[in-house]
Amino acid sequence: MSVVPQTLFDKVWQAHVVSQEPDCPPILYIDLHLIHEVTSPQAFAELASRGIKVRRPDRTVATMDHLTPTLPKKLAVLDDSAKNLLDTLERNCEEHGIKLYPWGSGSEGIVHVIGPELGATQPGKTIVCGDSHTATHGAFGALAFGIGTSEVGHVLATQCLLQERPKTLEVVLSGTPGPGVGAKDIILGLCSQIGIGGATGHVIEYRGDAISALSMDERMTICNMSIEVGARAGMIAPDETTFEYMKCRPMAPAGEAWDAALAGWKRLRTDEGASFDRTVHLDVSALEPMLTYGTNPGMGMGVSGKIPDPTNANSASEADALSKALDYMGLKAGNPLAGQKVDVVFVGSCTNSRMQDLRDAASILRGRKVAEGTRVLIVPGSAAIKREAEAEGLDRVFTEAGAEWREAGCSMCIAMNGDALEPGQYAVSTSNRNFEGRQGKGSRTFLASPLMAAAAAITGCLTDVRTLLNE
Amino acid sequence: MQEFGTLQSKSIKILVDDIDTDQIIPARFLKTTDKLGLGKNLFSNWRYGEDGSENADFALNQEAMQGRTILLAGDNFGCGSSREHAPWALSSWGFRVIISTSFADIFRSNALKNGLLLIEVDAEQHALLVAAKDDANIAIDLAAQELTLAGGAPSEFPIDAFSKRCLLDGLDQLGYLQSFESNIEEYEKGR
Repeated sequence: MSVVPQTLFDKVWQAHVVSQEPDCPPILYIDLHLIHEVTSPQAFAELASRGIKVRRPDRTVATMDHLTPTLPKKLAVLDDSAKNLLDTLERNCEEHGIKLYPWGSGSEGIVHVIGPELGATQPGKTIVCGDSHTATHGAFGALAFGIGTSEVGHVLATQCLLQERPKTLEVVLSGTPGPGVGAKDIILGLCSQIGIGGATGHVIEYRGDAISALSMDERMTICNMSIEVGARAGMIAPDETTFEYMKCRPMAPAGEAWDAALAGWKRLRTDEGASFDRTVHLDVSALEPMLTYGTNPGMGMGVSGKIPDPTNANSASEADALSKALDYMGLKAGNPLAGQKVDVVFVGSCTNSRMQDLRDAASILRGRKVAEGTRVLIVPGSAAIKREAEAEGLDRVFTEAGAEWREAGCSMCIAMNGDALEPGQYAVSTSNRNFEGRQGKGSRTFLASPLMAAAAAITGCLTDVRTLLNE
Repeated sequence: MQEFGTLQSKSIKILVDDIDTDQIIPARFLKTTDKLGLGKNLFSNWRYGEDGSENADFALNQEAMQGRTILLAGDNFGCGSSREHAPWALSSWGFRVIISTSFADIFRSNALKNGLLLIEVDAEQHALLVAAKDDANIAIDLAAQELTLAGGAPSEFPIDAFSKRCLLDGLDQLGYLQSFESNIEEYEKGR
């Protein structure tokens, strides 16, 4: 009997199709539904209006993250509308028997950070959340993607979604990154190579030697930003690094169930000879530490580069977009980015708020001082990470350098909780989006790695972190 | 959901590529438990000055644009955040149709849940629509999958059968999914 070789995506997809009717998208079963306060209230209201209970509260996990204040010991909610959303989530979870990890539970944090930490995120699962950065969980070989609020309602009510089958895109990462170059630079490199819409309609599988060498924290950074090239999801086949991370997580299988799960997880890899709809190659050894100069994550370049000139653009629309972006950013074509003054440095978000990110930032900040006039916020991704960082003494490294060490939350990535830039301010941010106004109305964002963010914190301007390594 | 039949309107042109959902509706307006009333904050950062005054150059603020239901946008419309507040805000303002050369995946799915028709045209067709006079009418016939620019011949646009059915009949997708309850139970038992 001949077996058709399958991709990792094919295997996970096929295992979750409940039904396939003619002229309808397949009905896909969802193993894990993560919810938070901002995109769920209208979904619960829809269920209430129809008199429906949540079908599988045991497959639903809730946290508060977008609106969480991060000032230590003063968890003062921004305003009444924020408080109303938080209270609504609490009430909905109580009414439907959904496990919520509220502030002070010790397990709270950004939804895409706590899912893996708790072991709720597992290889081969289908995972959704009303948040586009759900692709983060694909680092474990899960099929994880963001959905809208109507679909949150569909999953709450039926544990299923109507989903068109996406195409597949293989991203082959080869080579060894140079000093000061890491996962964030790799994904920003991909963004600038294929553009913000370069993977629309596709699920990415990241493959190649450069991926195998990465830690789980680094793999999560890469999968997290799959949406920034328009991809439906990003996946990485689970391996020993993944299994090691999964061991002893609170919600991971244990004992005999672990052995059985492990045997299944080991089959979650793309078969020899399986085909993808498209393939893209990226040699990571050619990358420099990356920075964005524009107003979407595809407008990025190596730190020693010069800001591109709209007159050299490939099309009129590209030239328009670039001119508009440079105008908004207050930058001039042909100039270098290095040396550009920054007002705020933000280390945090579901992209870069895990232990490795904090250790990277600390490695630059240790024994140095933050530049005068620069505000530096360091926001751990979860309460557990905060504890671990403090046990290692990283909090003291940060505060002694002059940075603010905050409580866990989304914070300045989306600027909904009061942590925001002033109009016109420049930030170096380890988050995922440099859209106009993303970090507060009129805010101007340079996306970068935790290493590059820490370098800017020390000098007060965009700086090649490699000049500070081994100094 | 409002059913979609035929429609005729002049268009509003916002010809910027990669309009992300943070531009359509900034995050500070997501602090609501409602779907209604978001229209006043549609494109807020482009539409209003720092003091809250209307930016006269922006299309949505111009008298002649009021009541128009078709938005002609640049490529890759709706990228970024998954917020369904984006189609809620567009619908709330009065848009029924968005025309672009491509749409982001999550936005496409969200639009369909809210009776908002997305029409994907090729670059040539897009250029014709862009070049048309500001007061040129565009007629849309969803059943026939035809778009007609005033003075021109009808051209066919693509839409998958399910989306078409959802829009034409106002199909309740949640109710449709619930009708598969026995299949879902069977699937769960078989795992």
